[in-house]
Amino acid sequence: MIKVIQLTKRYGRTTAVDQISFEVAKGQIVGFLGPNGAGKTTTMRMLTCFLPPSSGTATVAGFDVLEQPLEVKKRIGYLPETPPIYPEMSTAEYLQFVGKLKGLSGADLTKRVDYACARCAIVDVKSKLLGKLSKGYRQRVGLAQAIIHNPDVLILDEPTAGLDPKQINETRDLIKDLAGEHTIILSTHILPEVEQTCEQVIIINKGKLVATDSVRNLQARARGAESVLVEVAGRQGTLEPSLVLQRLERVAGVSRVLCKQQVDARAVFEVESTKGSFVRGDVARAIVESGWDLNELRPAAMSLEEVFLQLTGTEAVSEAETPVEVQAL
Amino acid sequence: MRNVWIICQKELRSYFVSPVAYILLIMFGLIFGYFFWNALGAFVFESIQSQMSGRSFPMNLNEWIIRPLLSNLSVINLFFIPLITMRLFAEEKRTGTIELLATSPIRDIEVILGKWLAAVLLYACLLLFTAVNFAFLFRYGNPDWKPLLVGYLGVFLLAGALLAIGTFVSSLTKNQIIAGAVTFGVCLLLYVFGWVSGYETAAWARVLSYLSVATHIESFEKGVLDSKDAIFYLTVIFLGLFFTARSMESLRWRS
Repeated sequence: MIKVIQLTKRYGRTTAVDQISFEVAKGQIVGFLGPNGAGKTTTMRMLTCFLPPSSGTATVAGFDVLEQPLEVKKRIGYLPETPPIYPEMSTAEYLQFVGKLKGLSGADLTKRVDYACARCAIVDVKSKLLGKLSKGYRQRVGLAQAIIHNPDVLILDEPTAGLDPKQINETRDLIKDLAGEHTIILSTHILPEVEQTCEQVIIINKGKLVATDSVRNLQARARGAESVLVEVAGRQGTLEPSLVLQRLERVAGVSRVLCKQQVDARAVFEVESTKGSFVRGDVARAIVESGWDLNELRPAAMSLEEVFLQLTGTEAVSEAETPVEVQAL
Repeated sequence: MRNVWIICQKELRSYFVSPVAYILLIMFGLIFGYFFWNALGAFVFESIQSQMSGRSFPMNLNEWIIRPLLSNLSVINLFFIPLITMRLFAEEKRTGTIELLATSPIRDIEVILGKWLAAVLLYACLLLFTAVNFAFLFRYGNPDWKPLLVGYLGVFLLAGALLAIGTFVSSLTKNQIIAGAVTFGVCLLLYVFGWVSGYETAAWARVLSYLSVATHIESFEKGVLDSKDAIFYLTVIFLGLFFTARSMESLRWRS
């Protein structure tokens, strides 16, 4: 649905986006991840034909962003970082205006406005002035304006920025809900958001593409091997960690065991197994059969956050001087 | 054409749901009303004088009231036009809504024409106030209406040209105050360029004086429809909107 080839954007001497290439299949929901100033907004603006690329091309639904911008724009719903609303309009008036801009009219327009309002749960503020709405409602009106013409592609620039936790969850659910009908690209620097909503991740840093893969693969890739955290307790109030260590090392498939911590008769071990082998059952059996209690056994899944830091390098986040993201005009 | 009208409607709405349009209308009405009242007072005074001194030639309403008022009108324009155009693009750029317009399937030129048209229509509303005043002349006297119509056409063309310039200036900044101030400055300069013709006849002075928007309104005020002057204003309108389109395009490249 979206094909990006060697896309580059330069501002004077700084290169905001550097030869990015990726593809997004129809119906997918893709997280566009990167620290602030990585070039997320710039890339999205090029996809929406707001900015022309310095070199490289992108096609949306088969139309080139430079050659046929009008066709591309018809097929894209775009929510910029700050929802582009007119404070003096009411929600309904605004959606009608945007709908007309996107080429809707008559009964079709009314139908789509009602649909977008229902979909984004803004029916109760339909006649309110946008200037008087809370941030959460504005964001949802912004989403409603993006889906009003039923576009093939939705491009959402940090759709949850500045919302409270409840609103964040609602917005995420809404986006997940929309995924079936639209191909969605959403940018964010909040990692759990990607883990929760997206199937596919594109990580960029300092304008360069760092990784593009499915969320699950990325986690596995950074981890290398499967590892499990096991908490073991001794029955008589004492526990000899070295014994447990020895026993666990003998389980087939286990490559390494570490004692992470020990408090009185309880100890936590990290059991690493070679990639692919499934050892949790054997580990549990070994512990119980040796006369210890198994308090807890859970996969030590690496959060995407760790993957992200690993890929972009820690300095990307702690860096004092983050490159300035291109200001809104 | 449909898109132009959509944008135009939206602009007119935002003029009229905010106090902007009403304040402009009231101020314009007051100022022009005062000008009219003065012109009428002077006219009445003069005609009594001329009767007392025994001269009996009839005084002409067109000559004494309509013409000077139309000339005043083009000066009042200077103050009102920046107020009409300053927000057109500057506000959209400040609030980021320009991003919505620029990513919608609509051409830049349609956005520009829509906005300019809305400004022209608001200006037309202002002109309606002057018509109310002139209506009194027709009620109690019988001025010639043809020169008045030509005069209106001239004022309208002049306003259209200045509004196009204002639209262009507004597209250069996201600060409304700057847009307003620069528009005022440019309009004022274009207005007084004609002064040089008073003492200088060199080529540069003639060019400067030709560029003045004031020199081209004179024929209209006299009731003469001169195609040269009409073409001058139409050219300024075209250039103003053309440069606005270039400015919008450059936004995308620079931003």
